[in-house]
Amino acid sequence: MSAITRDEVAHLARLSRLALGEDELDHLAAQLDQIISAVARVQEVTAEEIPPTSHALPLTNVYRADEVRPSLTPEQALAGAPAAEEQRFRVPRILDEEA
Amino acid sequence: MTTPTIVKYEEALTRYEPVLGIETHIELGTNSKMFCGCPTTFGAEPNTQVCPVCLGLPGSLPVTNHAAIEGIIKIGLAFNCEIVEWCRFARKNYFYPDMPKNYQISQYDEPLCVDGHLDIEVEGETYRVEIERVHMEEDTGKSLHVGGATGRIHGADFSLVDYNRAGIPLVEIVTKPITATGDKAPLVARAYATELRELVRSIGVSDVRMEEGSMRCDVNVSLMPRGASEWGTRTETKNVNSLRSVERAVRSEIERQAAVLDAGRRVIQETRHFHEDTGVTTSGRSKEEAQDYRYFPEPDLVPMAPSREWVEELRATLPELPAARRKRVQREWSLSDLELRDVVNAGALDLIEATIAAGADAASARKWWMNELSRRATEQGVELTALPITPDQVARIQAMVVAGELNDKLARKVFEGVLAGEGTPDEVVAARGLKVVSDDGALAAIIDQVIADNAAVADKVRGGKVAAAGALVGAVMKASRGQADAGRARELILEKLGAS
Repeated sequence: MSAITRDEVAHLARLSRLALGEDELDHLAAQLDQIISAVARVQEVTAEEIPPTSHALPLTNVYRADEVRPSLTPEQALAGAPAAEEQRFRVPRILDEEA
Repeated sequence: MTTPTIVKYEEALTRYEPVLGIETHIELGTNSKMFCGCPTTFGAEPNTQVCPVCLGLPGSLPVTNHAAIEGIIKIGLAFNCEIVEWCRFARKNYFYPDMPKNYQISQYDEPLCVDGHLDIEVEGETYRVEIERVHMEEDTGKSLHVGGATGRIHGADFSLVDYNRAGIPLVEIVTKPITATGDKAPLVARAYATELRELVRSIGVSDVRMEEGSMRCDVNVSLMPRGASEWGTRTETKNVNSLRSVERAVRSEIERQAAVLDAGRRVIQETRHFHEDTGVTTSGRSKEEAQDYRYFPEPDLVPMAPSREWVEELRATLPELPAARRKRVQREWSLSDLELRDVVNAGALDLIEATIAAGADAASARKWWMNELSRRATEQGVELTALPITPDQVARIQAMVVAGELNDKLARKVFEGVLAGEGTPDEVVAARGLKVVSDDGALAAIIDQVIADNAAVADKVRGGKVAAAGALVGAVMKASRGQADAGRARELILEKLGAS
């Protein structure tokens, strides 16, 4: 059984806004399947006493004080933007994505 | 064939039973953002409160704001929630430019606060709204849609984004399904939002201004046939920006969904938008396949494990909460349930309490705010708190009444003057010459004239009909344009007519 189906790859591509052609889907689905299967080998060595881990460091409760620090200037903030207008980031229209 | 687009509310309720769910977002009033040191000032120039962290620039890392976590724990405690011993942030991935990182840091299956409740009152009946969860996340940027006919996203040519709001600490409070409200559903929704706002405001962690977006409600509504046990498909209405709109949005969705169901069609699970001007909702994004946020634990932030000591310290800092305060006030001011409800609904509780603190007695403070000032607020179509008069000024006017310098009628003129911007109560009294005339000499002249003008009435009084003197006192008040000391005038009249 494959670790990831072609349909799932197509779904992920759509969520990521990647326009993948039929050929690319075939190609990537097979590759991703191999990658996931390879990584899944880790499961072979997991033991009962090792809990699932999301963080490498055994730290909790790292906080900063509620203090204001200098922001960028709008010029700096917008310097890397492909397009800006009225001191705002200008982005292409987004249809049917209203949040 | 055309089918009706709405069924009248009363009729809809004869056939269907609504189930509600309310998600409320609260921006916390911290100095700095959730994960970076940018300021959070409302209304700043666009993109002046941004940095590499909240712009999602490569190499930047978030660090959690301690005050925000204190704030959400206080909210959780105020909602009678359990504060969990360990939880993580999660990434909510989605493709939309309001978050420059392409994900929002939120919480998924491990919210910080769980299983709470809030008791609310609707028309004298108490409802317990169960709280599913209270979790911590960050707010998104604001988009301006340019082009198109409506200024809305559909038909827009492009959007302009301001990230000042992106990364402001945001607390989401989610109810469990609210059932068995029947035709009270819209009122329950409104009462819940009202009580939630009061509660959060009372603990001082947010200014909860719906008009500025620091409190926002999403209202879920579904209908099921009366007597059914399986809930219907729900819609989620966003953009509900006032307490009144919460009520209207629920009502309007009930009317719309009833028509859909009556026509034998199914309700589509989707996001809808409430329109303040028309009071109806319109379709937004369909949720049937859109919701795939691929949540996973946020690798850039370590887990939170609030110690029990910390939680108890925070519990000890909570002030008197609104429900307890209402009980106390009702007792101290000797109010009936109905009177208390009127005061609360008018938003007069703080004002009356402050007026009492400034020296007025409870009954008078309540009288001025609930009668004279409520009437004027209604006339002007504004909230009581928006009237340009302070509790101190109300107390000062009442002090002049107590001292006999003003009667009620003159006091009302002073209120009028203060509200018209003529100055402080003392300035209005001086400028308008509004002192009670109790000086015998000045009164005597008016009384002589009144007796001469009303000889028949005066004779009755002379003949022993003391009650008739009231008409003469009235005439004196009229002649003095309300400024005579009515009690003293009465004494003098009776004296002059030999009836005392």
